Amino acid sequence: MAGNNPNSKPMNLTLKVWRQKNSKAAGNLETYQIKDISPEMSFLEMMDVLNEDLLLKGIDPVAFDHDCREGICGMCSLYINGRAHGPERGTTTCQLHMRKFSDGDTITIEPWRAGPFPVLKDLCTDRSALDRIQQAGGYISVNTGGVPDANEIPIPKTIADKAFDAATCIQCGACVAACKNGSAMLFTSAKVSQLAMLPQGQVERKTRVENMVAQMDKEGFGACTNIGSCAAECPVGISLENIAMLNREYIGASFTSENV
Amino acid sequence: MILDSKIPEGPLAEKWDKHKFNVKLVNPANKRKYDIIVVGTGLAGASAAATLAELGYNVKAFCYQDSPRRAHSIAAQGGINAAKNYQNDGDSVYRLFYDTIKGGDYRAREANVYRLAQVSVNIIDQCVAQGVPFAREYGGLLANRSFGGAQVSRTFYARGQTGQQLLLGAYSALNRQIAYGKVKMYPRTEMLDLVMVDGKARGIVTRHLITGKIESHSAHAVILATGGYGNVFFLSTNAMGSNTTAIWRAHKKGALFANPCFTQIHPTCIPVSGGYQSKLTLMSESLRNDGRVWVPKAVGDNRPADQIPEDERDYFLERKYPSFGNLVPRDVASRNAKLACDEGRGVGTTKLAVYLDFADAIKREGLEKISQKYGNLFDMYSKITGENPYEQPMRIYPAVHYTMGGLWVDYNLMTTVPGLYATGECNFSDHGANRLGASALMQGLADGYFVIPYTIGDYLAQNPTARVETSHPAFKEAEANVQADVNRLLSINGTRTVDDFHKALGHIMWDYCGMARNAEGLQFAKQEIRKLRDEFWRDVKILGTNEELNVTLEKAGRVADFLELGELMVEDALNRNESCGGHFREEYQTPENEALRDDENYTYVAAWEYTGPNQQPVLHKEELKFENVKLTQRSYK
Ligand SMILES: Cc1cc2nc3c(=O)[nH]c(=O)nc-3n(C[C@H](O)[C@H](O)[C@H](O)COP(=O)(O)OP(=O)(O)OC[C@H]3O[C@@H](n4cnc5c(N)ncnc54)[C@H](O)[C@@H]3O)c2cc1C
Ligand code: SF4
Ligand code: FES
Repeated sequence: MAGNNPNSKPMNLTLKVWRQKNSKAAGNLETYQIKDISPEMSFLEMMDVLNEDLLLKGIDPVAFDHDCREGICGMCSLYINGRAHGPERGTTTCQLHMRKFSDGDTITIEPWRAGPFPVLKDLCTDRSALDRIQQAGGYISVNTGGVPDANEIPIPKTIADKAFDAATCIQCGACVAACKNGSAMLFTSAKVSQLAMLPQGQVERKTRVENMVAQMDKEGFGACTNIGSCAAECPVGISLENIAMLNREYIGASFTSENV
Repeated sequence: MILDSKIPEGPLAEKWDKHKFNVKLVNPANKRKYDIIVVGTGLAGASAAATLAELGYNVKAFCYQDSPRRAHSIAAQGGINAAKNYQNDGDSVYRLFYDTIKGGDYRAREANVYRLAQVSVNIIDQCVAQGVPFAREYGGLLANRSFGGAQVSRTFYARGQTGQQLLLGAYSALNRQIAYGKVKMYPRTEMLDLVMVDGKARGIVTRHLITGKIESHSAHAVILATGGYGNVFFLSTNAMGSNTTAIWRAHKKGALFANPCFTQIHPTCIPVSGGYQSKLTLMSESLRNDGRVWVPKAVGDNRPADQIPEDERDYFLERKYPSFGNLVPRDVASRNAKLACDEGRGVGTTKLAVYLDFADAIKREGLEKISQKYGNLFDMYSKITGENPYEQPMRIYPAVHYTMGGLWVDYNLMTTVPGLYATGECNFSDHGANRLGASALMQGLADGYFVIPYTIGDYLAQNPTARVETSHPAFKEAEANVQADVNRLLSINGTRTVDDFHKALGHIMWDYCGMARNAEGLQFAKQEIRKLRDEFWRDVKILGTNEELNVTLEKAGRVADFLELGELMVEDALNRNESCGGHFREEYQTPENEALRDDENYTYVAAWEYTGPNQQPVLHKEELKFENVKLTQRSYK
């Protein structure tokens, strides 16, 4: 019953969902049947229907992370049929809609799998390692107040636009989940490039890249071997060029390091 | 109780500067002896936490998401206002002040709004210095767009993701302080109670959402920056977890709740498609710069949009409001969309939608230019609806979006509880009965970067540095109460789900306390909410225990609070026998269906005092004095 799409028939689906009581328990895939799913529903609304159903049957609902349901907060994080955020390119789990699936499909739903992202329960993982990478240097050290007028330093539109593109990373971690090495290079490089491109970011350019890369290694993320599955699965299209830029920044910094 | 707004004396334009000079200061060496709790890490909370830590205070910051950067400010799309007048089109601090007061239908405090307009210019400077990549012109200077309720271009933006970029700026400043050890961050931690010692706010009780651990945190002052309560309607543009719990529990501890019924219904959202729907998605108001709103002229015209000829279309906003056209304020645009649908001229299968059409703009500016401006919004629209807005007009309908009401605060942003502050959307302060687009981001950052750092010092300087231990009986009592509430919820073991109750509440609120209200409906709603609340406490079904990640339990606590807040909103809407801004009482309208204010009797802030479960709340009035602007009927014709 929806929009301008009258010939949308409800679907019946088989779900295989990862259930794990807590970080210490072992997990396994449970199978659930679910009926009358409208193609207009979002994937997470389908999960809501499943959970209401489970709850009424006295079964603990499936825990999964989500908040904005608009593709911007980066909280949702499901590994659907072997792909981070599911089958649709450039789309977060919450923006994925059931019209991408067909009646009778079996859908396998798992959490992000990566050493630095331990499972907390069912489909929820701990991604705080990504925050710690940001804390290691993903900022420009200015206090509130006493800054120059916003138009004092003109920035070419092309540069501002590129910096913006890099800045749109939503910190979901799909790049890590998609990478067979569990590398967080795409994520880290997005912030490094954004700030390296802007005049305001120049002062701390070298220490920033060194500190963020060091933290990334410390958290146990894998090495980048230029496979590119990160960018292919990134829901907001963060480009591999950022990784190239990080590498240049890193090498440049290592010649003239200011980390003393 | 006398509500003292503490507005400084003197001419409007000098109040803030004078106040900044008069407030007491905490000397730099003493700042580290004070601890401040900040609940919420959206624009209002993250900016405050970072700035206070930079000043030297010890900050503890809390959010319910797994990272502070996921606060719902991240979802703001269109932009942030500032009186920079970079466009040389006649903007000024005074004009931004005036537009905001008028847009709010003369139900906001002059002094607060003027200060907001003043510091707006500093916000943009600050954000650029942090590396926020605002949109720019080819010459390298910052670009602006116009927004509803204004005739100048003063809105700064970062494509359709302004909130994201501003929040990431504040988050980066917060991260820097976390790395320095000046901010201790508590993600996945929900505030469930306020703790008072000797009549002052001295801490909070929280529940850790992964372990269920109930814990106390003590401080010298507490700042709530927990966002809006639009989810009382179940369906809104807010995030799934947005809630009223923190401010509601503070309200029950003595903080007055101001203008709870002032809700903003945003005109341009993707319409509801079915009963399973979990949230509504906003299509930024900036789209109204280029999109034209229309419905068929004839009732029951079922032809697809492209088969309805120009002269059979009614561009009703352009027709009724020639000078503002599609850019009238939100309340006006929403009400007119509702009117068109009520007349039977709605579009789409549900008939609860109007068109927002970009065909002319694409013809005029080209596909590329339009896609540059709105690309991500168009993508979002097509992902959700499966339709291509470059080829056929969007269908939009109003949805609950923002709550102007919130905890009552004085000029210093302090609530009626000493030492308890409220900033950002969770206070009531700056938007009166209707908020102008791009002004919430401005307010959140103004409060956090530039207001609270001064005003909280004034309070702390007058209070001793001695800490209160969390072993203090007040903390133990609050913890026990929180635990008892949790136990009570878990022991009900009824038959209806939390979502089921939440949806039922949402229906009542939308039908009787939504875009149009009347006394009879509100009376009815009040009874219905009471019934629903009783049933909730008798029949809600929650599985599992406290000592685990228990999503149903989390939601139940929030819905329990919404069930109380909803009644207060209805009470407030009943009390206000006038129409103003987003509060439209059907009994009070002009012959042209515009809101009819009653300035003689209702030029006040309605601040409600909690008096106990199922007790009638007590109304306190803060009279609003307009010394600089003249109250007129808003006209956007
Ligand atoms: C879709 C959308 C688009 C918008 N677009 C614009 C725009 O273009 N321009 C504009 O000016 N405004 C816009 N707004 C409004 C604006 O985004 C919000 O009003 C503003 O961001 C609110 O900021 P905040 O800091 O007050 O709260 P939020 O950003 O909502 O942050 C709330 C914080 O409180 C925390 N929290 C809440 N409850 C608890 C609790 N009990 N315990 C612990 N932590 C808690 C949350 O974790 C979060 O960190 C938009 C709003 C929406 C929904
Ligand atoms: S780079 Fe892309 S996939 Fe990785 S965290 Fe950022 S948005 Fe997610
Ligand atoms: S829930 Fe926010 S990005 Fe998906």
